[in-house]
Amino acid sequence: MNALKIIACVFCLIAILITPCAAAKETVKIGAILAITGPASFLGAPEARTLEMLVHDLNAKGGIDGRKIELIIKDTGSSPEKAVSFAKQLIEEEKVFAIIGPSTSGETMQIKNIAEDGKTILLSCAAAEVIVNPIAPHVFKVAPKDSFAVDMIFEQMKKMKISKIGVLSSNTGFGKAGKEQIEKLAPGHGIQIAVNEVYDKAATDLTAEVTKLKAANVQAVLNWSIEPAQSIVLKNTRQIGLNVPLFQSHGFANIQYAKAAGEAAEGVLFPASRIVVADSLPAKHRQKTVIQSYKKAYESKYREDVSTFGGHTYDAFMILVRAIKEKGLNRENVRAAIENMKGFIGTAGVFNFSPSDHNGLDISAFEMITVSKGKFVPLKK
Amino acid sequence: MDMNIELFFQYLVAGITYGTIYAIVAIGFNIIYNTTGIINFAQGEFVMLGGMIAVSMHAFMPLPSAILAAVLLTMIVGALIEITFIRWLVKPSVLRMIMITIGLSIIIREGALHIWGESVRALPYFTGTAVTAIDAGGVFISPQVLWVIGISSIVVVALNLFFSYTLLGRQMRACSSNRDAARLCGISAKNMVTFSFVLSAGIGALAGCVVSPITYVQYDSGTGLAIKGFTVAILGGLGNSMAAVAAGMLLGILESFSIWVMPTAYKDVISIAILLLILFVRPSGLFGSKEAFSLKEF
Repeated sequence: MNALKIIACVFCLIAILITPCAAAKETVKIGAILAITGPASFLGAPEARTLEMLVHDLNAKGGIDGRKIELIIKDTGSSPEKAVSFAKQLIEEEKVFAIIGPSTSGETMQIKNIAEDGKTILLSCAAAEVIVNPIAPHVFKVAPKDSFAVDMIFEQMKKMKISKIGVLSSNTGFGKAGKEQIEKLAPGHGIQIAVNEVYDKAATDLTAEVTKLKAANVQAVLNWSIEPAQSIVLKNTRQIGLNVPLFQSHGFANIQYAKAAGEAAEGVLFPASRIVVADSLPAKHRQKTVIQSYKKAYESKYREDVSTFGGHTYDAFMILVRAIKEKGLNRENVRAAIENMKGFIGTAGVFNFSPSDHNGLDISAFEMITVSKGKFVPLKK
Repeated sequence: MDMNIELFFQYLVAGITYGTIYAIVAIGFNIIYNTTGIINFAQGEFVMLGGMIAVSMHAFMPLPSAILAAVLLTMIVGALIEITFIRWLVKPSVLRMIMITIGLSIIIREGALHIWGESVRALPYFTGTAVTAIDAGGVFISPQVLWVIGISSIVVVALNLFFSYTLLGRQMRACSSNRDAARLCGISAKNMVTFSFVLSAGIGALAGCVVSPITYVQYDSGTGLAIKGFTVAILGGLGNSMAAVAAGMLLGILESFSIWVMPTAYKDVISIAILLLILFVRPSGLFGSKEAFSLKEF
């Protein structure tokens, strides 16, 4: 009798284990390589949370045409070396349909060729222009180019009659790519770089660096980094009494950086996509609906402010889902669909991809933002 | 490049800021080294824990009590670590102790990531705000730097008094010079080791609290501080807190002035080059005694 019961139980168990596999359609595997921890965690953490939320919501609604999404997130700890091994793992072992990320330019450049060789669609959330120039057919990016950000900053400087600046950047892929663009574009705007310093990404105090800027009598400071160091720069500049306009890259677009710098962040100027100033957008702005719905969903779920970075994975995921819905699960067709996608309204701007433009955004994706009373607000023109 | 006297002092202030941060971390290394002869590679994590706990506590209580609570809690963590992982070992080798403390540092770091997440925190400035600076004739000093210098000085003086004049302090020193002889005199060497962990955890936590407005604190910020603290501890001569302060200042000021003449990117090259030079020329450190050094295992 007992033996019979056990056998019955075993059969029940087997039945339970088998049923879901038989019933559900095959899942769509999507990989994500993000810097959830480490110095770039301000980027990767909201990016990962956004993806988890989107996949959860989409699966709850039945997935794409009845196929559930299986999301595999890998945390690089902001290290390009780890990004390489995760990319290989996702492409060769997991055989994912597409990869979202990495968060930073340094990581993306390390895996650009790996994704291309593995013919796996890569939707990078990083800024550097080199990611899509030269074009690799399978590599796209959803964050605005750093050259647009630099152009925008220089335009603003010209308006403020600034011609001699000090540049600080961190020793990361993002910092390096930004520094190159700054050096390349400055002469065209008639801007002279008096001091050009690179600091360590884990820097804890930058008083000596800003002292060097003060000694050179610069009219403005331009800092290019994504680490907490960009808040430290703000504090140290004000502490030593260097009271010139401070400019930051679009990497500053997480309100946490402004909060960390406290009073020192007041008046800092940086270009960013409109998501950080969602509430001040006019009601008829074409991005208003998209931004508001993402902001509402994210902020009610995670109880923290949205940043442009979470917006990048939102855009990447939505672009991918739209292309899969159009073309099904043929990777080459989906790749072509993304390449020819026009008028996709995302959080970063309106995307118009083409075979020669795998970024799809133009300079209008950016808005000049400043910090006032601890909040991001659009700069009054 | 032209250099006026104000800029000179501004670089000096920057150097002193770096130096005191390094020194206060280095002191924690020295205490455990003195009683056990090992380097506690989890020292940076005590600094991080102190800062993190204080930030969390500050939500419920005023700043001084938050710091006190953080120091006490970190001391308890220090004691628990020693009792759980180190106390029961019979004559552990130096290598084994290094492995254990490195392992502990990773566990604490990952634990902190789970508790606090990846976001960057900081205590408010003890005096003024992030932009407050004292203008000393064209040279600007953040009041927080004065706090770090003041608290480091108090810690060094208090430690010296403690090791010279209290029974407990002298027992700890006895264990450090000759453990077997100390045990013959009735001193519990095991308790002294526990106590050294408690003390260095407390000092690390205090350091974490005072430097956090300047450097910020994040789950992994202990590692970077520990590397510089360790460099300074070796530079000064392991085990000597006064030497750590002097070496910290020296390194901080050298780093700061290196930025004046060279690109910032070479800042760490300076510190590592100095460390290597000292290790080759004077392995006992700048202020360490050669004979004492030859008696140590490590």
